[in-house]
Amino acid sequence: MDAKARTRLLAAALLCACSILPAASAERTYSDSGPEPLLAGVFAEIEQNRLDAALQRVEALIKAYPNFRLAHLVKGDLLLARGRPISTLGNAANAPQDRLADLREEAVARLKAYRDRPSADYLPRYLLQMHPEQKFAVVVDTRKSRLYLYQNANGQPRFVADYYISHGKAGTDKLREGDKKTPIGVYHVTASLPRQKLTDFYGSGAFPISYPNEWDKRHGRNGHGIWLHGTPSDTFSRPPKASDGCVVLANRDLDALAKNLQIGLTPVIISNSIEWLSLDDWQAERRALLDSIEAWRQDWESLDTGKYLAHYSIRFRSGNLNVEQWAAQKRQINAGKQWIKVAALNISMFRNPGQEELVVVTFDQDYRSSNLSNAMKKRQYWIKEDGAWKIIYEGGA
Amino acid sequence: MAEKYNTMRLSRLPVSLAAALCAGLLATLPLPVLADNLQDASRLMKQGQFGPALEKTEQALAAKPKDAQARFLKGLILTEMGKQAEAIVVFTKLTEDYPELPEPYNNLAVLYAQQRQFEKAKNALEMAIRTHPSYATAHENLGDIYARMASQAYDKALQLDSSNASAQSKLAMIRDIMSTSARPAAVASRTTSGKVQAATPAPAPAAKAEVTPVSRPEPSAAAKVEPAPSVQAPEPKAAAPEPKAAASGKQDVEKAVRDWAAAWSKKDVKAYLAAYAKDFQTPGGEARDTWEAERARRINRPDPIQVGVENLQVAVEGERATAKFRQHYRSGKLKTSASKAMVLVRRDGKWLIQEERVAN
Repeated sequence: MDAKARTRLLAAALLCACSILPAASAERTYSDSGPEPLLAGVFAEIEQNRLDAALQRVEALIKAYPNFRLAHLVKGDLLLARGRPISTLGNAANAPQDRLADLREEAVARLKAYRDRPSADYLPRYLLQMHPEQKFAVVVDTRKSRLYLYQNANGQPRFVADYYISHGKAGTDKLREGDKKTPIGVYHVTASLPRQKLTDFYGSGAFPISYPNEWDKRHGRNGHGIWLHGTPSDTFSRPPKASDGCVVLANRDLDALAKNLQIGLTPVIISNSIEWLSLDDWQAERRALLDSIEAWRQDWESLDTGKYLAHYSIRFRSGNLNVEQWAAQKRQINAGKQWIKVAALNISMFRNPGQEELVVVTFDQDYRSSNLSNAMKKRQYWIKEDGAWKIIYEGGA
Repeated sequence: MAEKYNTMRLSRLPVSLAAALCAGLLATLPLPVLADNLQDASRLMKQGQFGPALEKTEQALAAKPKDAQARFLKGLILTEMGKQAEAIVVFTKLTEDYPELPEPYNNLAVLYAQQRQFEKAKNALEMAIRTHPSYATAHENLGDIYARMASQAYDKALQLDSSNASAQSKLAMIRDIMSTSARPAAVASRTTSGKVQAATPAPAPAAKAEVTPVSRPEPSAAAKVEPAPSVQAPEPKAAAPEPKAAASGKQDVEKAVRDWAAAWSKKDVKAYLAAYAKDFQTPGGEARDTWEAERARRINRPDPIQVGVENLQVAVEGERATAKFRQHYRSGKLKTSASKAMVLVRRDGKWLIQEERVAN
């Protein structure tokens, strides 16, 4: 077989395995360079039938990321292609097929993410409103094996960087302890565990998140110890589905991310597949919900308990109270008031990923009344029922 | 490693290298004394007396320190003595002083490969090929180096323990690389001075003896054929004009190739050798009976052999045909694949192999 035919075969094999090609140019500046541009360059050379150039590029990639297994795999293929035609990505004889499959999945995930980077005109639907002190927000797309970091730019999320991630071996929608699944939902970073307190397995550090949240508990989901964490020192990255439920980043990516994480504050929203909204749609969606919250606040102040309670879903529950018990309690309290003043400050609104139209709303509530005043951090889950936003859960945060 | 340095193999292994060079280089040495010393050294080395062999070589070098043949021999002896680092120095210097010679590069590559410095081995082989683009041994060794670098990369990619079975087959491949076949033609034509023709009386150790004893894995043995330019197989398209006649001939050729592989797999030496034409071009240019004896010896080794033919492409042109295919060879721990090209000729209605080579 001549060299030309061989290289064509190789290109076909690799591209077939990945079934995509990186876009030629990036639309926006990309603050996280990562290995993807180099990897995409390698595949571009292969596409062009320039195997020597591809080998040079993959060697540069390995120099920059010595433990990047995927790069070693591609290098092996390129070397092997000098002697014989190769039929797929990863031609190691007698290799464990599952590991090859893992690396192929990683290749596809990385190249796809590089090609389909988010456009500046679209925002993740989940980031409806950030609290002024929340400087950053994290959104994870498990299907894309990608974590997106957004900055709070005067109330509007602005894309900062994205990173390759691994998630649960058994996928998503965590339900039970030990099910090796990654939870889907709205969480926040609860702590920082430095490298010194961890084994090498967690790499450069770990950030536990608030799974299970109120909604998870209400649905009987359990388990604990869902973290964002780094990677063991013997590898640059792990396969897309590798963890026991945690979200795993390359150590250098975790380090970069860590600088932006605020303990107890930074939201971490994990989705199967991010929904993107245009800026106009995003504005309309947040406006509608903000209006509903404002109406609830005003109706509470009005002492018209019927109007106030109309904001609550019939499925509402808070602690042990169902909606009737809640209504009875509120009626009783409100009957003893001459006036109520409620302020809702620093509102954050994060939409829960998934089919249900559910938004986690958190704010500082300043409650004053003729006989009682109280300031607290409040959390509500708002759900859209028959086109109207209703409260389905309420409690302290 | 222990297996490799089994004494039997060791004593004979490098002679082929020496022989390859002797033919060409000794011609340039006017001093009979020098030649005598080197002859003695070569003989001693064959007998496994490395110490005295080295001594003789040093004597020769004392008389003529720059002498390429003596230095080459010294490198071989040091290699045999397990003094790889010193051998590398000798061969490296040789490549600096005689950059036109491919053999020192090739041997340097073998030494680097033994040390698992595949990048360096690759560079050395590329130099060998740059000096002599048709140097089949270097091409073949380079193919091996690529495969081993690939396997190393895969190990890293897949986190395979390199002490596993795949490491074993690598060991077998080292022997493979060490056994460089003689290239009398190439050596003679390359020697710089005009004395080449006079070179023939070179007191080289018998060129025939050297080919046989090397215990080396099978496929490369069959593979080490000089890439003769005349063999250039016509593209399948070229054979197209007479579709009908070609089609029937094509089937016969395909059958001949498959029968040949089957005979090899069955260790049917008689049928295997019968697949070759009388005027078959032996890989090292050795005599037919020497070649046959060696083939028989190898095929008769205890390990079962399995030879597979894949992607067989045949082009027939009258009484001549070319066959290109992928040869999968397996015996014991060794497993290889190579692209192969054959020229077959029709003699008395039977298609016989006239040339056989590894397609690079």
